[in-house]
Amino acid sequence: MDLLLPQFGLIFWTTIVFLLVLFLLSKYAWKPIINAVRERENSIDEALRTAEKVKEEMAALSADNEKLLQKAREERSKILKAAKENADKIVADAIEKASDAARKLAADAKQDIDNQKQAAIAELKIQSGKLALNIASKLLQKELAGQAEQESYMKKLIEDLDFNQN
Amino acid sequence: MISKRFSILCVLFFFFGFSNLLASEAIQKESTNQEEKGFDFGELLMHHVKDAYEWHFFTLANFDATIYLPIIAYKNGEGFEVFSSRKVSDGNSYHGYEIEEGHLRRQDGSKFFDLSITKVVASIFISAILLLLIFIRVARKYKGNEKKAPHGLQAFMEPLVLFIRDDVAKPILGDKTYFYLPYLLSIFFFIWINNMLGLLPGAANVTGNIAITCTLAIFTMIIVNVSGNKHYWLEIFLPPGIPLWLLPIMWIVEIMGIFTKPFALMVRLFANMISGHMIILSIIGLIFLFGEMSQGLGWGIALFSVAMSTFMLSLDLLVAALQAYIFTILSALFIGLAVQDAQH
Repeated sequence: MDLLLPQFGLIFWTTIVFLLVLFLLSKYAWKPIINAVRERENSIDEALRTAEKVKEEMAALSADNEKLLQKAREERSKILKAAKENADKIVADAIEKASDAARKLAADAKQDIDNQKQAAIAELKIQSGKLALNIASKLLQKELAGQAEQESYMKKLIEDLDFNQN
Repeated sequence: MISKRFSILCVLFFFFGFSNLLASEAIQKESTNQEEKGFDFGELLMHHVKDAYEWHFFTLANFDATIYLPIIAYKNGEGFEVFSSRKVSDGNSYHGYEIEEGHLRRQDGSKFFDLSITKVVASIFISAILLLLIFIRVARKYKGNEKKAPHGLQAFMEPLVLFIRDDVAKPILGDKTYFYLPYLLSIFFFIWINNMLGLLPGAANVTGNIAITCTLAIFTMIIVNVSGNKHYWLEIFLPPGIPLWLLPIMWIVEIMGIFTKPFALMVRLFANMISGHMIILSIIGLIFLFGEMSQGLGWGIALFSVAMSTFMLSLDLLVAALQAYIFTILSALFIGLAVQDAQH
């Protein structure tokens, strides 16, 4: 029974010691420990959150890059396509121009040849006419001595000439 | 190699011879003290689990390893009187004081306050100093290292502190955790270190003393009732759904409840710790009980007793932490009941 009766002195000293321990530990141990632990937890939280954010930013950045690349690729193919079209057009134009020129040259040449031909024919006509006239005059000087003969012959010549002219 | 083994054997033989001497000495002392009754088991148990004015470690031949602690007595009109307990040992009296059945008395029977530094009080001083040394040292390590991982002693203590915070305080107290946390931490480590120190041979049985557990339970009771909110007192004086004529009975029950909660705390810790001590002492005592019948039987029982008490001590190591934890979580629970909001 003695075991179950609390002693006054023990209660007294326990109260004092425990209050002291409570006060000193709260002030010099628990407060710094808990504060430090909380601070560390906060900094870890923050670090994790920052890492997450950076990860997201990196993802966004790489997505942007991808988009830019895609755009650049499209641009390139567009430019290439335009260049090709341009080149094709230039070549086609050139071919057309060249063929036009050739055609024109050929046409001119044909014209020239025709002109020369006409000129040559005309010249030939004139020369042969002159020649014929010369021969005729020489022949006439010899044969056509009388007036009547001359006139009939001239009439016959003019008729022939008209016919020939046609 | 051989010489090393030989020296180990020598040490073992010396140790066993020494403990044999110690044991026979103890039996002899007990039997001379209790000449007629022989070896008084109950007396031995009580002597070891109760408080004392001197700190007796062991007696070897004629050498008594005892520290006589100071006695402090206060009597109205006479003031304080401080003297060594050696002066009142062995039935002597000093200035009208004497020790009778383990308690300080005045020979004329008059009343006084006994504020002696007894074995238990001295033990509390030691554990308090240890506690302060350990935790202030640990707290210093945090300075400037807030964002670094803990090291050494700090790494051992931090999980315990966090355990009390995250698994005891937070689930029960919620957003009021940080207000009550210093108390919960203090009470947990105070009880634990006293439980552990009590397991040492020759140490005082601190937490197995009802005055200590009573004081700690009173602290919890005061905190619970001081922090009790409107809802807590309403539950006591106007419990919802109770007919009006039943109220006086409920008041009695509820007011008793205020005291039974800390009472349970007090008895639980006290009974657990004292029973641990008593079981170990009983098992060891068996050696001497049987040794009194025949020395051979005593040695035979010793094998069993050493194995059993080793097992019990290991169990008590667990119980020491467990009881500190239970006291803390129940304190948190009672505080939680007193500060919780009505919607729960």
